[in-house]
Amino acid sequence: MAENKDLNIVIATDCGSTTTKAILIEKNEKGEYRQTFRGEAPTTVEEPYNDVTRGVLNAVQEVEELSGRKILEGEKIIIPARGNVGVDIYISTSSAGGGLQMLVAGAVKAMTAESAQRAALGAGAIVMDVLASNDGRLPHQKIARIRSLRPDMILLSGGTDGGTVTHVVELSEFIAAANPRPRLGHSYSLPVIYAGNIKARDEVKEVLGEKTDLSLTDNIRPTLERENLFPARQKIQELFMEHVMQQAPGYDKLKTWVEVPIMPTPGAVGYLIQTVAEEEGINAMGVDIGGATTDVFSVFDTVFNRTVSANLGMSYSISNVLAEAGLGNVLRWVPFDIDEEDLGNRIKNKMIRPTTIPHTKNELMIEQALAREALRLAFFQHKQLAVGLKGVQRIRSISDTFSQSSSGETLVDMMSLDILIGSGGVLSHAPRRRQSMLMMIDAFQPTGVTRLAVDSIFMMPHLGVLASVNRKAAKEVFEKDCLIPLGVCISPRGKGKQGLKCLNVKLKIKTPEGDKPPVEEDIPFGEIRLYPMNREDEAELEVTPTRRFDVGAGNGKPIHKSVRGGVVGVVIDTRGRPLQIPQNLEQRSALIRKWYDAFGMYN
Amino acid sequence: MAHVFTPGLQVIASTIVTKERTLPIPGKVRVKPGDRVKAEDVIAETAIPNDVQSINVVNRLSITAKEIRNVMLKKVGDPVEEHEPIAQNKPFLGLKFLQSIIRAPFKGSIERISDVTGQVLIRKPPRRITLTAYVDGVVKDVTEGLGADIETACSFIQGIFGIGGEAFGEIQMACSSPDGNLDEEDIMDDYKGKLIIGGSHITYKGFRKAMELGVKGVIVGGFNASELKEVLGYELGVAITGDEDIPTTLIVTEGFGKMAIAQRTFDLLKSHNGRRASISGYTQIRAGVMRPEIIVPFTEQEARDVKKHVPKAETGIQKGDEVRIIREPYFGRLGSIVDLPPDLTKIDTEAYVRIMTVKLSDSGETVTVPRANVELIEV
Repeated sequence: MAENKDLNIVIATDCGSTTTKAILIEKNEKGEYRQTFRGEAPTTVEEPYNDVTRGVLNAVQEVEELSGRKILEGEKIIIPARGNVGVDIYISTSSAGGGLQMLVAGAVKAMTAESAQRAALGAGAIVMDVLASNDGRLPHQKIARIRSLRPDMILLSGGTDGGTVTHVVELSEFIAAANPRPRLGHSYSLPVIYAGNIKARDEVKEVLGEKTDLSLTDNIRPTLERENLFPARQKIQELFMEHVMQQAPGYDKLKTWVEVPIMPTPGAVGYLIQTVAEEEGINAMGVDIGGATTDVFSVFDTVFNRTVSANLGMSYSISNVLAEAGLGNVLRWVPFDIDEEDLGNRIKNKMIRPTTIPHTKNELMIEQALAREALRLAFFQHKQLAVGLKGVQRIRSISDTFSQSSSGETLVDMMSLDILIGSGGVLSHAPRRRQSMLMMIDAFQPTGVTRLAVDSIFMMPHLGVLASVNRKAAKEVFEKDCLIPLGVCISPRGKGKQGLKCLNVKLKIKTPEGDKPPVEEDIPFGEIRLYPMNREDEAELEVTPTRRFDVGAGNGKPIHKSVRGGVVGVVIDTRGRPLQIPQNLEQRSALIRKWYDAFGMYN
Repeated sequence: MAHVFTPGLQVIASTIVTKERTLPIPGKVRVKPGDRVKAEDVIAETAIPNDVQSINVVNRLSITAKEIRNVMLKKVGDPVEEHEPIAQNKPFLGLKFLQSIIRAPFKGSIERISDVTGQVLIRKPPRRITLTAYVDGVVKDVTEGLGADIETACSFIQGIFGIGGEAFGEIQMACSSPDGNLDEEDIMDDYKGKLIIGGSHITYKGFRKAMELGVKGVIVGGFNASELKEVLGYELGVAITGDEDIPTTLIVTEGFGKMAIAQRTFDLLKSHNGRRASISGYTQIRAGVMRPEIIVPFTEQEARDVKKHVPKAETGIQKGDEVRIIREPYFGRLGSIVDLPPDLTKIDTEAYVRIMTVKLSDSGETVTVPRANVELIEV
């Protein structure tokens, strides 16, 4: 794939479970790529249409009507562009039909199984279960589990190259005995990717060759010290296109329309975040909180990770957020008294009528409280998976590791995080942008200096697949049109006493109309302060923490930063990490209300 | 522009419903088109692969995996009885009492013998599963080896949420009004085996008594989330239900909390008091929504002139349409649409959304409601 194909006009679609969204990207006279028009139509994979291309054409037609550019000739996309007719390329992503659902299996839970999980997640899949030889389940339980799941494909790994074959062959025997059936389509064989010890290939072929559609690819863990996920991820995406997508009506036609393979939506979002982090040389995190799932992406020191919390979301899965977080954790964010029975019923009613929206401020506060918990839990799961390689330098062979439990350090270091990007309805469409900003700060609790932004109209998937053909175009549109910069959060690491001085801040905000009066303040521990800015503003910031606190340069050491503006502004958060919220209802309500009022959340 | 409203739950006095009855894996279908069936009749059956257990032969006989074929007394595909020897080593020094014998832990067949892992997999005999007709009706179509479509002329009512699987029984009114409450003392002994119709709510104790008594189904307007947790033993995270191991199916028609059954639903069920019905608590709230249902089949004579109900044409919502509000602060209240302003309107949350104004039936008050927060009622 050429990564900087010369393009002037691009049409891109994302076929979601419910809606298909089309965007038009054009290179202007200055040579800049900008997103210009957007169209949307219901996705048409179910009755009575049974053809995804119908929804694509409807969405593209809306773009035609809005832009005045003729893009379609009948039911064909006109390529290349000539004057005001046609486009230079059509690209697409998809999560229709629930996306890609996989089962992964590896010899050792904390090593090859975890690597397999990272491979699958990085390819854009939802991982239904992770089986390992040492996961504590008995053979018949593993077999029953494999049989009861209906994955789209299985990724099997295990053993470093040349090492033991026993465990991975045993896993392949369990898979064969379970005789798993794919989720979609009754008549085709389940795709299984073997990405383990090359020495075991023949045995695995012998066990699984007839019963499944078996593919072989490079070992994802060729040595203990090295993880090689790219070949497996590529294979997953290839098979996703060939097998899973084939079962969804109209995809065989859609495949012939696109220049590059259709990517699973979360795979494309992840690729975009990786691209941006690489281009700018920064550490980045992204979160997409949807109705059923929450995806978290991170790039720390060039290492990319993605997790999908498959049962944390704001509508279909909202009751699961309550189940996993617990009522107490949800209530701690609600600044008014509410009967627990009433809250439980409201959440269940949203679960069974997921398309409704909050009408009153109290309902909005409850939803945003739940969103904080969903984000927090998803982030926690992400930190657990985004870890350094386990078993390195201490273990000589896979078999030796069975009785060992080593834990890798998380790669997620909030002090070194440069930007946090939020996406999904509850963040992108909050009535006030500062609500999005505080939800993300409360859930992720960044430290040091962190930029925050939201995705304005959910075009990250489109830009992700665009990045695979033209990185410059993707990055430009991402920065200029996709992201709504919210501002910057400065938060120190360290503990202190409520009310005692935590840091001194000096702020000079420059606006296009002139400089604002400079601000200098001592800020005590336990507060949150907002200094409003606009998108076009810039600021010079000097923060000097007291000796117990660190804002990135060490305890007591000042930082000087030039920061870009945002639609919310500069936030100084001295509430402490982790946030301490009183259990007592009265104290909690008073404190939360104080924070929300200081931030201008609902008043 | 997509229609932004929630179609209402179906409450239809007279229609034709076709239920697709399908085996999970191919088997034998026992009916043919035109056959008249009852809900409990078995229309198809199959055998599904049963559990597999692995036996680590090499460890138990202290041999290597490569030697396993030398010790096996059975080969792949052979049937075995419980405790039957399947492998043995050579007796040490020819002394039989020093010989190790491995026996099958249960009746089954040899699935696999692995000379890599040294394990033997034994599978239990296949499990027979049967498929019932689920509703009284007529077999319309048969898919060879997989199942059949059963057609029935009936009254058809959808609920909003349910737990428990399919059940059949006689409808029994247990409340005299749609807002009645059922508690433990309201569950009568003669409700055993029946499908009881409550009012706005049943308590956990009431439902527990229904389960203990052997009531087949409970249909109420509302149920508390906390009580659902008590019934299930866990907090339900996602609305995908139907496989719960409970003896009584629960169908909630309006929502969580105390909610009077919609008058038309109550009246329709009351008109069928004493009649046979089939219900299912199966609920799936995701792409391809499935709702719990109550089907009251007609007799052959009643079915004669029944036509399939055709839903109101998909023209979207219009002024004058009857709606129910499905979110706070007007949850459960009925009304008719007064106006549908095209522009985005700011609501209490400060969000800009498409709204409608609705005249409430109970108070006559006209209120503003987001369009996403109503469901259409088909009269």
